[in-house]
Amino acid sequence: MCIQTVGLIQAAIERAGIITVSISLLHEVTDVLRPPRALFVPYKLGFPLGEPNNAALQHRIIGAALSLLSRSDVPVLEDFQA
Amino acid sequence: MILKYRLFMKFYPFARYALNPVPCAKLAKPLNTARVALVTTAGLDTPEQAGFDSFLKDGDASFREIPNTVTTSTLIESHISDTFDHSGVLADRNLAFPLDRFRELFARGEIGAMNHRHFSFMGSILRPKRLIAETAPQVAERLRADGVDVAFLTPV
Repeated sequence: MCIQTVGLIQAAIERAGIITVSISLLHEVTDVLRPPRALFVPYKLGFPLGEPNNAALQHRIIGAALSLLSRSDVPVLEDFQA
Repeated sequence: MILKYRLFMKFYPFARYALNPVPCAKLAKPLNTARVALVTTAGLDTPEQAGFDSFLKDGDASFREIPNTVTTSTLIESHISDTFDHSGVLADRNLAFPLDRFRELFARGEIGAMNHRHFSFMGSILRPKRLIAETAPQVAERLRADGVDVAFLTPV
Protein backbone atom coordinates (compact mmCIF):
# COMPACT_ATOMS: atom_id res chain seq x y z
CA MET A 1 0.00 0.00 0.00
CA CYS A 2 3.01 2.23 0.50
CA ILE A 3 3.27 2.88 -3.22
CA GLN A 4 -0.32 4.10 -3.51
CA THR A 5 0.05 6.16 -0.31
CA VAL A 6 3.19 7.85 -1.67
CA GLY A 7 1.43 8.71 -4.93
CA LEU A 8 -1.58 10.22 -3.17
CA ILE A 9 0.60 12.39 -0.88
CA GLN A 10 2.70 13.32 -3.91
CA ALA A 11 -0.40 14.53 -5.76
CA ALA A 12 -1.47 16.71 -2.81
CA ILE A 13 1.99 18.32 -2.63
CA GLU A 14 2.15 18.89 -6.37
CA ARG A 15 -1.30 20.51 -6.27
CA ALA A 16 0.12 22.95 -3.69
CA GLY A 17 2.55 24.09 -6.42
CA ILE A 18 5.59 22.15 -5.17
CA ILE A 19 7.34 19.95 -7.71
CA THR A 20 7.65 16.29 -6.69
CA VAL A 21 9.32 13.05 -7.62
CA SER A 22 8.88 9.63 -6.00
CA ILE A 23 10.42 6.19 -6.01
CA SER A 24 8.21 3.26 -7.04
CA LEU A 25 8.70 -0.40 -6.19
CA LEU A 26 5.54 -1.61 -7.96
CA HIS A 27 5.32 -0.64 -11.61
CA GLU A 28 1.72 -1.81 -11.97
CA VAL A 29 0.46 0.29 -9.05
CA THR A 30 2.23 3.47 -10.22
CA ASP A 31 1.02 2.87 -13.80
CA VAL A 32 -2.58 2.94 -12.61
CA LEU A 33 -2.25 5.73 -10.02
CA ARG A 34 -0.34 8.14 -12.33
CA PRO A 35 1.61 10.37 -9.90
CA PRO A 36 3.41 13.21 -11.75
CA ARG A 37 6.96 11.81 -11.73
CA ALA A 38 8.25 8.46 -10.48
CA LEU A 39 11.38 6.38 -10.87
CA PHE A 40 10.74 2.63 -10.85
CA VAL A 41 13.56 0.70 -9.16
CA PRO A 42 14.05 -3.08 -9.52
CA TYR A 43 14.35 -3.83 -5.81
CA LYS A 44 12.15 -5.73 -3.40
CA LEU A 45 9.60 -4.05 -1.12
CA GLY A 46 11.40 -2.46 1.81
CA PHE A 47 14.44 -1.49 -0.33
CA PRO A 48 13.45 1.64 -2.28
CA LEU A 49 17.00 2.98 -2.45
CA GLY A 50 18.55 -0.34 -3.34
CA GLU A 51 20.79 -1.48 -0.50
CA PRO A 52 21.36 -0.44 3.11
CA ASN A 53 24.68 1.31 3.75
CA ASN A 54 25.45 1.62 0.03
CA ALA A 55 25.67 5.40 -0.30
CA ALA A 56 26.98 5.23 -3.87
CA LEU A 57 23.97 3.24 -5.11
CA GLN A 58 21.56 5.39 -3.08
CA HIS A 59 23.07 8.51 -4.69
CA ARG A 60 22.72 7.04 -8.19
CA ILE A 61 19.03 6.32 -7.57
CA ILE A 62 18.40 9.77 -6.04
CA GLY A 63 20.24 11.45 -8.93
CA ALA A 64 18.18 9.54 -11.50
CA ALA A 65 14.98 10.52 -9.68
CA LEU A 66 15.97 14.20 -9.38
CA SER A 67 16.70 14.30 -13.11
CA LEU A 68 12.96 13.74 -13.68
CA LEU A 69 12.11 17.08 -12.05
CA SER A 70 12.64 18.86 -15.35
CA ARG A 71 9.86 16.81 -16.95
CA SER A 72 6.42 18.31 -17.41
CA ASP A 73 5.08 15.57 -19.74
CA VAL A 74 3.35 13.98 -16.75
CA PRO A 75 2.77 11.30 -15.69
CA VAL A 76 6.43 10.24 -16.02
CA LEU A 77 7.39 6.71 -14.96
CA GLU A 78 11.00 5.89 -15.83
CA ASP A 79 12.90 2.69 -15.08
CA PHE A 80 16.14 2.99 -13.11
CA GLN A 81 19.01 1.35 -15.00
CA ALA A 82 20.68 -0.61 -12.20
CA MET B 1 5.53 -12.61 -2.30
CA ILE B 2 3.16 -14.23 0.14
CA LEU B 3 -0.13 -15.54 -1.26
CA LYS B 4 -2.35 -13.31 0.87
CA TYR B 5 -0.52 -10.26 -0.49
CA ARG B 6 -0.68 -11.48 -4.09
CA LEU B 7 -4.44 -11.92 -3.81
CA PHE B 8 -4.77 -8.50 -2.23
CA MET B 9 -2.81 -6.90 -5.07
CA LYS B 10 -5.04 -8.64 -7.58
CA PHE B 11 -8.34 -7.51 -6.09
CA TYR B 12 -7.63 -4.12 -4.50
CA PRO B 13 -9.37 -1.36 -6.54
CA PHE B 14 -6.24 0.67 -7.34
CA ALA B 15 -7.99 2.32 -10.30
CA ARG B 16 -10.43 4.00 -7.91
CA TYR B 17 -7.68 6.40 -6.85
CA ALA B 18 -6.12 7.06 -10.26
CA LEU B 19 -5.11 10.71 -10.60
CA ASN B 20 -7.03 12.50 -13.30
CA PRO B 21 -5.94 15.07 -14.17
CA VAL B 22 -2.32 14.49 -13.18
CA PRO B 23 -1.20 17.55 -11.20
CA CYS B 24 1.90 19.25 -12.59
CA ALA B 25 3.88 22.03 -10.91
CA LYS B 26 6.95 23.68 -12.41
CA LEU B 27 10.44 23.90 -10.95
CA ALA B 28 10.82 27.67 -10.91
CA LYS B 29 14.53 27.68 -10.07
CA PRO B 30 17.62 25.52 -10.55
CA LEU B 31 17.94 22.58 -8.15
CA ASN B 32 21.12 24.04 -6.66
CA THR B 33 19.07 26.95 -5.31
CA ALA B 34 15.95 24.92 -4.42
CA ARG B 35 14.71 24.09 -0.92
CA VAL B 36 14.07 20.35 -0.56
CA ALA B 37 11.92 18.32 1.84
CA LEU B 38 11.65 14.55 2.19
CA VAL B 39 8.48 12.54 2.66
CA THR B 40 8.54 8.86 3.53
CA THR B 41 5.82 6.30 4.12
CA ALA B 42 8.16 4.03 6.09
CA GLY B 43 6.37 4.80 9.38
CA LEU B 44 9.44 6.44 10.96
CA ASP B 45 9.17 8.59 14.06
CA THR B 46 11.54 10.13 16.58
CA PRO B 47 11.99 8.55 20.03
CA GLU B 48 9.95 11.41 21.58
CA GLN B 49 6.93 10.87 19.31
CA ALA B 50 4.06 8.43 19.68
CA GLY B 51 4.34 5.59 17.18
CA PHE B 52 1.86 4.92 14.42
CA ASP B 53 -1.19 2.77 15.13
CA SER B 54 -0.79 -0.42 13.14
CA PHE B 55 -4.07 -1.84 14.38
CA LEU B 56 -6.48 0.63 12.79
CA LYS B 57 -8.46 -1.38 10.26
CA ASP B 58 -8.35 1.23 7.50
CA GLY B 59 -4.79 2.37 8.26
CA ASP B 60 -3.33 5.27 10.24
CA ALA B 61 -3.42 8.40 8.05
CA SER B 62 -1.59 10.58 10.59
CA PHE B 63 1.92 11.94 10.02
CA ARG B 64 4.97 12.89 12.04
CA GLU B 65 7.24 15.88 11.52
CA ILE B 66 10.87 14.82 11.45
CA PRO B 67 13.23 17.71 12.29
CA ASN B 68 16.05 18.21 9.82
CA THR B 69 18.51 18.09 12.72
CA VAL B 70 17.61 14.51 13.71
CA THR B 71 20.31 11.84 13.88
CA THR B 72 19.02 9.52 11.17
CA SER B 73 19.96 6.29 12.95
CA THR B 74 17.85 7.22 16.00
CA LEU B 75 14.59 7.16 14.05
CA ILE B 76 12.25 4.38 15.09
CA GLU B 77 10.40 2.28 12.55
CA SER B 78 6.91 1.53 13.86
CA HIS B 79 5.61 0.03 10.60
CA ILE B 80 4.49 -3.52 11.32
CA SER B 81 3.34 -4.56 7.82
CA ASP B 82 4.40 -8.13 7.05
CA THR B 83 4.41 -7.47 3.30
CA PHE B 84 8.04 -6.36 3.20
CA ASP B 85 11.42 -7.24 4.65
CA HIS B 86 12.21 -4.74 7.42
CA SER B 87 15.88 -5.67 7.76
CA GLY B 88 17.15 -3.10 5.26
CA VAL B 89 15.54 -0.07 6.90
CA LEU B 90 16.52 -1.33 10.34
CA ALA B 91 20.15 -1.50 9.14
CA ASP B 92 20.05 1.93 7.44
CA ARG B 93 17.14 4.39 7.71
CA ASN B 94 18.47 6.16 4.58
CA LEU B 95 17.18 3.24 2.54
CA ALA B 96 13.64 4.66 2.87
CA PHE B 97 14.38 8.15 4.26
CA PRO B 98 17.59 9.38 2.61
CA LEU B 99 18.29 12.30 4.93
CA ASP B 100 22.05 11.70 5.09
CA ARG B 101 22.25 11.42 1.29
CA PHE B 102 20.44 14.77 0.86
CA ARG B 103 22.72 16.34 3.48
CA GLU B 104 25.61 15.22 1.28
CA LEU B 105 23.94 16.76 -1.80
CA PHE B 106 23.50 20.00 0.14
CA ALA B 107 27.16 19.93 1.30
CA ARG B 108 28.23 19.51 -2.34
CA GLY B 109 26.04 22.44 -3.40
CA GLU B 110 23.79 20.28 -5.59
CA ILE B 111 20.64 21.40 -3.76
CA GLY B 112 20.07 24.88 -2.36
CA ALA B 113 18.72 24.08 1.12
CA MET B 114 17.24 21.36 3.27
CA ASN B 115 13.88 22.26 4.75
CA HIS B 116 13.87 22.47 8.57
CA ARG B 117 11.36 19.60 8.72
CA HIS B 118 10.41 16.49 6.79
CA PHE B 119 7.34 14.26 7.00
CA SER B 120 6.69 10.62 7.75
CA PHE B 121 3.56 8.58 7.18
CA MET B 122 2.91 4.88 7.63
CA GLY B 123 2.04 3.57 4.21
CA SER B 124 -0.42 0.78 5.02
CA ILE B 125 -3.53 2.84 4.37
CA LEU B 126 -6.25 0.63 2.90
CA ARG B 127 -8.93 3.32 2.83
CA PRO B 128 -7.17 6.58 1.99
CA LYS B 129 -10.20 8.87 2.39
CA ARG B 130 -8.76 10.77 5.38
CA LEU B 131 -5.30 10.85 3.79
CA ILE B 132 -6.68 12.41 0.60
CA ALA B 133 -9.10 14.82 2.27
CA GLU B 134 -7.12 15.83 5.31
CA THR B 135 -3.60 14.75 6.18
CA ALA B 136 -1.85 14.84 2.77
CA PRO B 137 -3.20 18.38 2.07
CA GLN B 138 -2.07 19.44 5.59
CA VAL B 139 1.48 18.33 4.84
CA ALA B 140 1.34 20.01 1.43
CA GLU B 141 0.25 23.26 3.07
CA ARG B 142 3.06 23.11 5.63
CA LEU B 143 5.61 22.52 2.88
CA ARG B 144 4.18 25.43 0.90
CA ALA B 145 4.30 27.67 4.00
CA ASP B 146 7.95 26.63 4.50
CA GLY B 147 8.81 27.77 0.97
CA VAL B 148 9.76 24.26 -0.15
CA ASP B 149 10.45 23.98 -3.89
CA VAL B 150 10.98 20.22 -4.26
CA ALA B 151 9.57 17.21 -2.40
CA PHE B 152 11.27 13.81 -2.69
CA LEU B 153 9.06 10.88 -1.70
CA THR B 154 10.00 7.34 -0.80
CA PRO B 155 7.79 4.33 -0.10
CA VAL B 156 9.09 1.28 1.71
